[in-house]
Amino acid sequence: MGNLVGQTADQTTGQAAATTPLSSSSSKTIFGFWVYLMTDCVLFASLFATYAVLHGNTFGGPSGKDIFDMPFVLTETLMLLTSSFTAGLAVLAAQVQDKKTVIFCLAVTFLLGASFLGMELYEFHALVAEGNSWRTSGFLSAFFTLVGTHGMHIAAGLIWIGVLVGQILKKGLTKPVTRRLTLFSMFWHFLDIIWIFIFTIVYLMGVM
Amino acid sequence: MFASILAHIDPLNPFHHGFIIGFGQITMVGALLAIVAALTLFKKWKWLWRNWLTTLDPKKIGIMYLIVAAVMLLRGLADAGMMRLQQALSAGDPSFLTSDHFQQVFTAHGTIMIFFAAMGAIFALFNLLIPLQIGARDVAFPFLNAASFWLFAAGAGLINLSLLVGGEFAATGWLAYPPLSGIAYSPGVGVDYWIWSLQIAGAGSLLSGINFLVTIFKMRAPGMTFMKMPLFVWSSLGSLALIVFAFPILTATLGMLALDRSMGMHFFTSDFGGNPMMYINLIWAWGHPEVYILILPAFGIFSEVVATFSGKRLFGYKSMVWAIVAITVLSFLVWLHHFFTMGAGANVNAFFGIMTMIIAVPTGVKVFNWLFTMYRGRIRFTTPMLWFLGFVLTFTIGGVAGVLMSVPAIDFQVHNSLFLVAHFHTMIVGGVVFGAFAGFTYWFPKFTGWKLNETLGKWAFWCWLLGFLGAFVPLYILGLMGATRRLDHYDPSLGWQGLFIVAGLGLALIFAGVGFQILQLIVSYFQRKTNRATGDIWDGRTLEWSTSSPPAEYNFAHMPNASERDAFWEVKQGNIPATTETAYKPIRVPKNTPLAMFVAGAACTIGFAVIWKLWWLAILGLLGLITLLIIRFSDDDTERTISAAEVKKIEQARQQKQEEEHSWATS
Repeated sequence: MGNLVGQTADQTTGQAAATTPLSSSSSKTIFGFWVYLMTDCVLFASLFATYAVLHGNTFGGPSGKDIFDMPFVLTETLMLLTSSFTAGLAVLAAQVQDKKTVIFCLAVTFLLGASFLGMELYEFHALVAEGNSWRTSGFLSAFFTLVGTHGMHIAAGLIWIGVLVGQILKKGLTKPVTRRLTLFSMFWHFLDIIWIFIFTIVYLMGVM
Repeated sequence: MFASILAHIDPLNPFHHGFIIGFGQITMVGALLAIVAALTLFKKWKWLWRNWLTTLDPKKIGIMYLIVAAVMLLRGLADAGMMRLQQALSAGDPSFLTSDHFQQVFTAHGTIMIFFAAMGAIFALFNLLIPLQIGARDVAFPFLNAASFWLFAAGAGLINLSLLVGGEFAATGWLAYPPLSGIAYSPGVGVDYWIWSLQIAGAGSLLSGINFLVTIFKMRAPGMTFMKMPLFVWSSLGSLALIVFAFPILTATLGMLALDRSMGMHFFTSDFGGNPMMYINLIWAWGHPEVYILILPAFGIFSEVVATFSGKRLFGYKSMVWAIVAITVLSFLVWLHHFFTMGAGANVNAFFGIMTMIIAVPTGVKVFNWLFTMYRGRIRFTTPMLWFLGFVLTFTIGGVAGVLMSVPAIDFQVHNSLFLVAHFHTMIVGGVVFGAFAGFTYWFPKFTGWKLNETLGKWAFWCWLLGFLGAFVPLYILGLMGATRRLDHYDPSLGWQGLFIVAGLGLALIFAGVGFQILQLIVSYFQRKTNRATGDIWDGRTLEWSTSSPPAEYNFAHMPNASERDAFWEVKQGNIPATTETAYKPIRVPKNTPLAMFVAGAACTIGFAVIWKLWWLAILGLLGLITLLIIRFSDDDTERTISAAEVKKIEQARQQKQEEEHSWATS
């Protein structure tokens, strides 16, 4: 199997040497993905700004203090931070062509990410069940949208992990697959950073 | 669920929404049927599929952008015609259109002109010119580029669909301020059509912005440092940076409005703790940079045109670059001048007023640089040059009016009046549209191999310029007389009707200009044998003119040498060699794929489904979209090779063609 992977990699580089493929430079793709992440950052910034303006507009409904369960959110946070660590390990393993470790790390990342998302959905469900849905006030609309947009990104990331694992099993750690893994880890770390802002601005400052 | 849609479609009586809408529906369906019939009759489906629908070549994508933009321009002009007619006739009671219909018409006019006509033209030019001007063979991400185009086309399709399915568009003005655009005051599907057509086209614009930004950063020819880039590339870079930072704000804002409408949220409602002012801040934080997204590339076009037709190096290249950079940064600091009257307080208004005055300074620098470029040059008064001169006149009028309104105290007097309408039309028509026409005439031979008829082009220019002045100078005066925008009728005793009639006649003259442009295309097509222009027809200065017209799929057989500013001009002067490569090498180009079109189709389906609340269809569309993306991103075999022998063959044929043309011209 290891042999096979080596062959594929050789073929790819062999082709690259003969002519210059348009997408030869990973640097182009990675730079492009950086720019994309910056646009996503602006998107979140708009949602944060809206949250900042609306967070006091509870219209007689609950405020952050009344509904946030900090130990619960801290558990969520730690899970997401750990998943970012394992995503980093997957990239390191890919650099030494260690397929098994890559898949293992991605699987752990997936499980942690899925648990995070599950907890978030549970939190949302509990809020709605208590009658505090996004229809209640401007504050809750902004809360559900900001946190939910992050959650949707996480869901997209989970699908991405699935596709990546499939590609690694089918094609091995070829150049394009490794590049996609790098992009995924950038995406995942970015979501981590956004979450830290959510944790600080929405939850911590919300209960203060 | 379908019943609610079907209730709005009445095949037996297309006029049940009124004669005008019925006429629009029939025209649109008729045009579509005619195109389908023509394609079938001439057996062109395969050709269309292979050469256009599945292409990833930015030159062809650029042409498709141009076609969509032209169609949308015509639709926007038709809306303008209805508005002028309404206001010319409606001294007293509203005649011609009902109030509700009139509101939909002005909303559609603004939305279509900005998002689809102007943006389409700008993206067409990015696609056609950026790779050629920086000496690249392609864009950074060819598939993404095609997907961006198809998303743009899908948005355009959706906005036109509102006329057919539902027969209703937003009646809220082109930026759909809440609470009017909220579900409480606009319960129909009109605003939803507005949101989703813009959301889909906006996603395309954003992706395109990222793509071309990376293209400029990473794919310039050897030797082309930033300070050696052609000015059009510089101005595009400014515009692209703005797209990348401004469009996500639009996406978020439209998303929140959509959530308010369909999920019962309270971002911008006037009760439950919503804040409509937040929407107005957010939409203009995108909206003001959008103005510069449109005008900066036009500045770039004029810079190229003036230098070429004055036979001189552009005056003050470095100051031009810094002016672009300054405008790019400052354009994020002036958004509040769109709502001085909102009540932000004197100090806030003063700050934004002063920033607005400051942004006029780099713009003024540019105008003077263009004029100094002309000074002591050998000026050729071709059609592109005429568009430039017309622009200097109109843009200065509009600019002065703009600086006037940057004073908050004056703005309070003319806010929401026709004076404002006249001001921004002077900037957008006199700036962006004239720029697009100058660029169109200038680069047309580059992509077709034949020139446009100059006489008809000049007729078109004069009709447009005089028509433009006729249409908008009366609006300045009416605005100062107190006429507000979006009036569907007014009291006859005000004495405004005469000026409204003059404005209508001005628009009629613009229509004549459009007629000349269409005629110009037709006539030039039939004269294409005698107007052949397969090479450097204008004695150009930048790299795009160093390759054949139209260029081969790979743009350049050899990587051009770009070690000087105006590289091709320096080559022609014998100052630098054209290239350091000698042997032909195999070239990689992207393979065709229909997936880009399918991705946009899925996005369009999702948009349509959400508009009509067909949730099962939305989920189906989303699954389709995800599947398509997975298919594409699992495919590692997306390029093909043009062999060295093939390249050689293409290049030799091109040289032979050019020699033939040369001997034609000299004999």
